[in-house]
Amino acid sequence: MEIRFSEAELKEIEQHKSKYPNPKSALMPVLWMAQNKWGWLSNEVMQYVADLLNLTYAHVLGVATFYTMYFKKPMGKYHVQVCTNVSCMLHKGDEMFEQVSNKLGIGHNERTSDGLFSLEEVECMGACGGAPMVAINEDFYEKTNISFVSKMLDELK
Amino acid sequence: MIKDTPKLILRDIPDLHKVDVYLKNGGFDAFKKALTWTPDEVTNEVKKSGLRGRGGAAFPTGLKWSFMPKGIDKPKYLAINGDESEPGSFKDRQIFEQNPLQLVEGILIAGYAMGLKAGYIYIRGEYHKWVKLMEDAVKSAYDAGFVGEKMKETFGTNFSMDIYVHKGAGAYICGEETSLMNSLEGERGYPRVKPPFPAQFGLWGMPTTVNNVETIATVPAILNMGAENYSKIGAPKHPGTLLFGVSGHVNKPGVYELPTGTLLTDIIYDVCGGVIGNKKIKAVIPGGSSMPPLRGDEIEGVMMDEESLKPLGTHIGTGGIMVMDEDTDLVKITLRIAHFYHHESCGQCTPCREGTGWMEKILKRILKGEGTSKDLDLLVSVANNIEGNTICALGDAAAWPVRGFVTKFRDEFEKRVKPSREFVAPNVVHGKVTSKDKLVFA
Ligand SMILES: Cc1cc2nc3c(=O)[nH]c(=O)nc-3n(C[C@H](O)[C@H](O)[C@H](O)COP(=O)(O)O)c2cc1C
Ligand code: SF4
Ligand code: FES
Repeated sequence: MEIRFSEAELKEIEQHKSKYPNPKSALMPVLWMAQNKWGWLSNEVMQYVADLLNLTYAHVLGVATFYTMYFKKPMGKYHVQVCTNVSCMLHKGDEMFEQVSNKLGIGHNERTSDGLFSLEEVECMGACGGAPMVAINEDFYEKTNISFVSKMLDELK
Repeated sequence: MIKDTPKLILRDIPDLHKVDVYLKNGGFDAFKKALTWTPDEVTNEVKKSGLRGRGGAAFPTGLKWSFMPKGIDKPKYLAINGDESEPGSFKDRQIFEQNPLQLVEGILIAGYAMGLKAGYIYIRGEYHKWVKLMEDAVKSAYDAGFVGEKMKETFGTNFSMDIYVHKGAGAYICGEETSLMNSLEGERGYPRVKPPFPAQFGLWGMPTTVNNVETIATVPAILNMGAENYSKIGAPKHPGTLLFGVSGHVNKPGVYELPTGTLLTDIIYDVCGGVIGNKKIKAVIPGGSSMPPLRGDEIEGVMMDEESLKPLGTHIGTGGIMVMDEDTDLVKITLRIAHFYHHESCGQCTPCREGTGWMEKILKRILKGEGTSKDLDLLVSVANNIEGNTICALGDAAAWPVRGFVTKFRDEFEKRVKPSREFVAPNVVHGKVTSKDKLVFA
């Protein structure tokens, strides 16, 4: 797979750069674009982003590893995030995590062998009033329960 | 009665996020009013209103704005803090969803008052959908000529500014204002040593103010109703309405806009329909997980504003109220909180990096039934050693709840630990056993 943004994407990157007095600030938006396009941030992708923005590879790596949402290894097509922080724990979010983990047969930050699912025990997602909550990729499911989540995972298979 | 209180931010108007609806409901009137005043007059109006920051520290907003240097040539910035990652806090997202244009208008007012070049709305990465909603709202405001170069013509003014949305990528620490600035600059989100303060040396080295989303979204309401009227809502020393996010064991969790100083029991029992299954309350965290808890038997008569909570040893924080019923295992909850802060520590300061790890380790031991009562003192001592000895307030945020739970619920923690390594030895006086006093070897 060739690591290259399309012309349209390169234009978008220029737009991001123009929002800030220093183009270095475009790094986070560009890492988001890269992750959305290639699924995760491989060394090649990070090197490419570094070249595009005139940054060192070390800097890009440092930033990519600082933030938990940038994936440093391939994740599932469906990234399942279960919140176990306090408000969710009060609604058995921790048990939900165990159940999802057993169902998928993977633990925290692991991926199923078919590459379909990955699982993450996440910190508070800012949806505490909707506890317990699960997110799949970018979508939040609030006031949910294991049978709903279970069914949804079956349908995604 | 509580239900009749004014809604200044979460107004019950369908489709308020659309420009035409917002305009029909007084949109940008506050900004137009601001333009008839001098910038200093606007700042003074905000000062007079008594508005205090909604990001956690309840710092007076007008005062903060007045720290920005004047009459200089440098570009100045506003960072609008929508990182919202404090466990128990979920109110800013309601603003992105329900009234994003009021946030835009608030930014313009702040921009005019402080002479800003641009405002950056920093939104946590997990809020994908709400980032998009906010981006759409900003774009629609640009398209309608209310932001950017075109606003000069629209409002007939020399002032113009830009507004951008910046998406985070999963780091609680980026809610800390200097970490947020580093993050916006394309760096790792390490907090900076203060001084220099952001008003002197902020984003890209320029004067910068950091305010919470709710703080800024409140400003248009203040200008519309007048500072005088606003200051009469709620608690006199911490006035206004506040977005309380209530979670945990209540029947109707959610975000509620209520006057400051509202009784905590009214919020729990009236507004939120009481505790699930009518159970008793064991503990309440009043303002997000960093804030020390209250015991269930303490909450009667507690008013929800900073000045009322301070004497009780806790704070309003982000207004995130977490209710725990009588069956809650507080050792488990405290461990979960300790784990969170350990996980989120950026690792720059030894007391925070090591201390949060120790607290988690000790609590794990206690949860397993392997702790001793000495561990409880140790937890308090570790917390004391973190507090005040770190670059940023995450250290305090980690120390406070752990110390709070262990001291306030000492009885519950004691039941979960073994007595310290001790044995009962006869007390020997003049060769005679007098009693079975304990000799403690711990
Ligand atoms: C660890 C940590 C996390 C924080 N997270 C947030 C946050 O998510 N949102 C926020 O507005 N303020 C947060 N703050 C407080 C900010 O540093 C800052 O005080 C606030 O944004 C100022 O806005 P205000 O004056 O309007 O309250 C955090 C502080 C610390 C120490
Ligand atoms: S207190 Fe903790 S989070 Fe804050 S700078 Fe120090 S190590 Fe980092
Ligand atoms: S604790 Fe789970 S979303 Fe906040």
